[in-house]
Amino acid sequence: MTRLSRHVTGWLLVLPAMAFLALFTHWPALATFIDSFWSTPKGRRPARFVGAENYQHMLSDPVFWKAAWNNLIFAIGTVPASIALALLMAVWVNDRLTGRTLLRMAYFTPTILPMIAVANIWLFFFTPDYGLLDQLRGLFGGQPWPWLGSAETALACVIVVAVWKEAGFFMIFYLAALQQISPTLGEAAALEGASRWTYFRRVQWPLLMPTTLFVFVNAAINAFRMVDHIFVLTHGGPDNATTLLLYYVYEVGFKFWDTAYAAALTMVLLIALALIAAVQFGVIERRAHYR
Amino acid sequence: MDRRQFIGGASALAVGAMAPGAVSAQAAQEISFFYPVAVGGPITKLIDAYAADFQKDNPGVAVKPIYAGSYQETIVKALTAHKSGTPPVTSVLLSTDMFTLIDEDAIIPFDEFVKTDADKAWLKSFYPAFMENSQTGGKTWGIPFQRSTVVLYWNKEAFKEAGLDPEKPPQTWAEQLDFAQKLTKRDAAGNVTQWGIQIPSSGFPYWLFQGLTTQAGAILANAAGNEVKLDAPEVVEALQYWIDLAQKHKVHPPGVTEWGTTPKDFFERKIAMMWTTTGNLTNVRNNAKFPFGVAMLPAGKRRGSPTGGGNFYIFKKSKPAEQQAAFNFIKWITTPERAARWGIDTGYVAVRADAWDTPAMKDYVAGFPAAAVARDQLPHAVAEFSTHDNQRVTKALNDGLQAAITGAKPPAQAMKDAQTEAMRILKDYK
Repeated sequence: MTRLSRHVTGWLLVLPAMAFLALFTHWPALATFIDSFWSTPKGRRPARFVGAENYQHMLSDPVFWKAAWNNLIFAIGTVPASIALALLMAVWVNDRLTGRTLLRMAYFTPTILPMIAVANIWLFFFTPDYGLLDQLRGLFGGQPWPWLGSAETALACVIVVAVWKEAGFFMIFYLAALQQISPTLGEAAALEGASRWTYFRRVQWPLLMPTTLFVFVNAAINAFRMVDHIFVLTHGGPDNATTLLLYYVYEVGFKFWDTAYAAALTMVLLIALALIAAVQFGVIERRAHYR
Repeated sequence: MDRRQFIGGASALAVGAMAPGAVSAQAAQEISFFYPVAVGGPITKLIDAYAADFQKDNPGVAVKPIYAGSYQETIVKALTAHKSGTPPVTSVLLSTDMFTLIDEDAIIPFDEFVKTDADKAWLKSFYPAFMENSQTGGKTWGIPFQRSTVVLYWNKEAFKEAGLDPEKPPQTWAEQLDFAQKLTKRDAAGNVTQWGIQIPSSGFPYWLFQGLTTQAGAILANAAGNEVKLDAPEVVEALQYWIDLAQKHKVHPPGVTEWGTTPKDFFERKIAMMWTTTGNLTNVRNNAKFPFGVAMLPAGKRRGSPTGGGNFYIFKKSKPAEQQAAFNFIKWITTPERAARWGIDTGYVAVRADAWDTPAMKDYVAGFPAAAVARDQLPHAVAEFSTHDNQRVTKALNDGLQAAITGAKPPAQAMKDAQTEAMRILKDYK
């Protein structure tokens, strides 16, 4: 086989995958980029080139800034919490304890439930007065509180649901990684008289770094992608307190039918995600310990 | 015989077996009909039955219902299909989406199909309150089908316990407040165990708010859909009344109250009176474990409620013959008898006055008088808030309302901001 034909074969092999990727990912992204410089076509009024007008409008759009700010808080609230919880659960169910299969399954359950169904259940947890949360607080003399109905707590509630939903999924990755760690390391550490904490900090945690990186990237991306529960729990309210960027893109695109502005918002989201990925792969990868 | 041949042979067999059905289906003109409901359930059975009956009466036309999810999902699907050039022939969508559909050049007016005197009489037979959301610029763009209004439900047991006459709902704003105060119960520690009233404010607070503003004497939008008055003194007064119920008089739960759980709050006796849609009538009837009443909303300066719900539309990019067939179907499904049957089966308000004179409807109302409350309120009803760029303008109003309800802005300021934003959006439609 000549060098050339080897290259041709290689390209032919990746062609089907590339074609789908181009059709469903690259082309839409490019089209979105182009659309963001045109006005929204309406009825008989065709789209016209407007330059950066959509982006200028974005700068003066308070709902956009609110959504961006909310999304930042949502990311800060969900990413570390779901990773920490996943790690904790994984370390726990990795040990030999009775009923651990059941426990693993229980932790994983939130992941397999559809988000819309889950959000409907949580809606009743958060219901003031007779909802689960207020009933528990009632045992200790707490006052009923409109969890989703007040601007102070609505975003926090949405974050809690997201963490609950995600942690089980990330746990699976940690669990798989933990089981890859050779038991001889644990035995060696035990012989040396290392405490459980030292073993975790000096042995397990560094070896889990690649998994942590992977989970971190996924969690950060999900923080900008996960909006299903907003549709059920708050519709972005009260007064945009829980509007996240992607939810706002949906509203502008499919409720207001301002597709050009939605395209501009999508570009911002895409750039934010690209930056996160670049920073993470650039900075953290150097510290991650690959074998 | 390799596998492909085998499959080909099998499908040929299947086609052969279905031939008689397939041939007649091919000969029939197919009318695609987007209907806003999720898959399954009793409503789809009703719609399927209508489609089958229509085909029996009109051989050669097959109405094909496509269940497209919620109202929001259905309009997304219909408009996306319109933009790609193959919309449904007809669809039931929110009456308030009329301006959006016109602006997208997606629908055609019904006027060009209305030719005979019988057609004209048919068009005039609908309640004027429902037609307000179906006509603009001298043309009829939608035909009322599944429509609703806001009504007040009250718990008769709670009324008795509070020393009120269980058969007398509040008639005025003052009475509503007075009753709510008597109905609010607190335990020894001062915690509320039963609220007097709840007017939900999540999702689409503007709809219930429009009940209050109409009662205060305000009309929020003009018929052309390009002018709103959200900061009129009457509107601020209505908002103040709503907020005072919670913040000043403490007879209404604080914060934004959830639309979806409001009926449940009522069943759990956490609230003694609630405002919600007539569409909840069957739900309340099945789930309230106490005697309840249904009343018109109390009057401020006047009585008032917005209408709501869905209209039939005909899409522009479908073939003229299909559009004509869809028109015939819409006429067929809104005869007095069918409008009555649809109202009885679903709880929606029958859309024309003569439907209420049919024997079936008379029997139903005699057995369940609450069903007629919505009809009796119709003379006081106004068009649901609807403008060009409807959902964006509505969001400006919703955001303002929620800002006021959560205490982030005083009512006058919240409505002034909403007005500024709404007029900024509407300036292109002048």
